[in-house]
Amino acid sequence: MTTPAKTTPPLNNSRRRLLGMIAASPLLVALPGLTRHSQPATRAIPSSGEALPLVGLGSWISFNVGNDKAARDASAEVMRNFFQAGGRLIDSSPMYGSAQEVIGYGLTKIGRPAALFAADKVWVSGGDAGRAQMEESRQLWGIPRFDLLQVHNLLSWEAHLPTLFTMKANGRLRYTGITTSHGRRHGDMEQLMKSQPLDFIQLTYNLYDREAEQRLLPLALERGIAVIVNRPFQQGALLRRLARHPLPSWAAEIDCSNWAQFALKFVISHPAVTCAIPATTRVAHVLENMGTASGRLPDQAMRARMAAFVDSLS
Amino acid sequence: MSEWWTYSLRDLLLFSPSTYYRLFELYNIEWWPLQIFALALGMIVLLLLRNGSDQARKAIAVILALCWLWLAWAYHWQRYASINWAASYYAAAFALEALLLLWLGVIRQPPGMAEARNKSGRSGMVLFVFALLAYPLLALLPGRSWTQAELFGMAPDPTALATLAIILLGSVRPAWWLLPIPVMWCLISGATLWAMASPDFWLPPLAALLASAMAISSARKFSGQT
Ligand SMILES: NC(=O)c1ccc[n+]([C@@H]2O[C@H](COP(=O)([O-])OP(=O)(O)OC[C@H]3O[C@@H](n4cnc5c(N)ncnc54)[C@H](OP(=O)(O)O)[C@@H]3O)[C@@H](O)[C@H]2O)c1
Repeated sequence: MTTPAKTTPPLNNSRRRLLGMIAASPLLVALPGLTRHSQPATRAIPSSGEALPLVGLGSWISFNVGNDKAARDASAEVMRNFFQAGGRLIDSSPMYGSAQEVIGYGLTKIGRPAALFAADKVWVSGGDAGRAQMEESRQLWGIPRFDLLQVHNLLSWEAHLPTLFTMKANGRLRYTGITTSHGRRHGDMEQLMKSQPLDFIQLTYNLYDREAEQRLLPLALERGIAVIVNRPFQQGALLRRLARHPLPSWAAEIDCSNWAQFALKFVISHPAVTCAIPATTRVAHVLENMGTASGRLPDQAMRARMAAFVDSLS
Repeated sequence: MSEWWTYSLRDLLLFSPSTYYRLFELYNIEWWPLQIFALALGMIVLLLLRNGSDQARKAIAVILALCWLWLAWAYHWQRYASINWAASYYAAAFALEALLLLWLGVIRQPPGMAEARNKSGRSGMVLFVFALLAYPLLALLPGRSWTQAELFGMAPDPTALATLAIILLGSVRPAWWLLPIPVMWCLISGATLWAMASPDFWLPPLAALLASAMAISSARKFSGQT
């Protein structure tokens, strides 16, 4: 049985933080026996209180299928099932080849669900180039505006963050953010979290890469910044590594029957995490990933047990 | 990407192996039956190599230039760029190689240069026949399909290898300016195949490095003799 009190460190008094906890709390309570069609648990974006499902959808490699019509249709099917299972946030970047175009194709095909939370990035040097790139990305998605734009890997953040803040102030963007991955530039990210009015950060966090627990995740909680987690499965490497070992029997206590659920539940149960964004090419996997957000989630003691168990395997 | 040099090659791979090989399948389907024409061009190059005259050597350079130009447009620009943004740079490099082939192999080709009959000439012939007839058979490796076959004149790897073979054969001289782009391509391709865990990843780089080492040493000997 999981309770928010057990999973969450002491609260600060900020109003938006409180709003976030209120939105999240009923869903962090154990919900045994839920089917995959039940709605995923959500957590609030601290800067607005808006609820986001704990599991989103990445698009690196998985949606970069070029002009292949059959593969584009398969990607659209993954998206359709994602939305049907209660998903909202899709993450992409101009760096991901044709992924943005394929998302645009999928959204048009399935009728642009109202629930969509469109998260993209700017990945180019210089402010003018950044503005042009963001506009091109918007057209590729085929949407009136992005919900969230992030500075990809902090590239040229000095030029892009003012643009993003202006876009937000003008109502052309709802949230701003920055990203990193593979544990890189955590020091720079920390500085920006302290100095810039960011709504979101995105970073790598998973059963093996837990460095973010030290400073960035607590800082995000403290400053009321939403956290998107990329590479929850280390792009599949983590699952291949764990597949050599049997799942511990106690994983059933948190409704896990395989390693993917185990790994994803570990990530999304961290109280600072707003949304993890596993990428997949398969409908079965997207449903399974969404399902992890609707069963029981580990509490703090269980999370420690999970991490210790995985450490003991290597 | 900032700090891109700290990423492993596998972290930089933009697409899955199935997407990559499917690209060749869709490309082959789109251009069928051009493959037969490409194969015929390869056979013609073999005949021209036997002939060995100045005109034949110029014809070989023209054929190769056309293949590189075709790859720049039809493969890199039209296809590969849809899954890899770097392909627009590859397209430019391939177009440049086509121009170099025309410039060095046709316009500036010195007359009366016999085909190399030494060890590197024989290796060149083996490499050319390999690129033309054996390379497409890699599509029969487990998990791939014959519809994904990579052919001389249509796919970059066998074309780069065939070009290196022609350089080894001494058909186009001097070859220094022609070497870097095919060699670089073979290294890039090997890295891509390695990142995708393809079992044949070592083939293009190894062939390219051996071919360029031999071409350089035989060119040295050749210039020493004259
Ligand atoms: N700097 C940045 O901003 C940055 C960097 C990296 C990533 N990202 C974002 O984060 C997203 C996620 O990271 P990622 O794509 O690198 O890796 P990931 O989500 O950790 O792993 C994706 C891999 O996991 C497999 N998978 C997904 N669900 C599964 C399940 N239920 N069971 C078994 N296997 C499963 C997928 O294979 P199948 O296709 O077979 O399901 C795929 O190979 C990216 O797509 C991207 O949007 C951002």
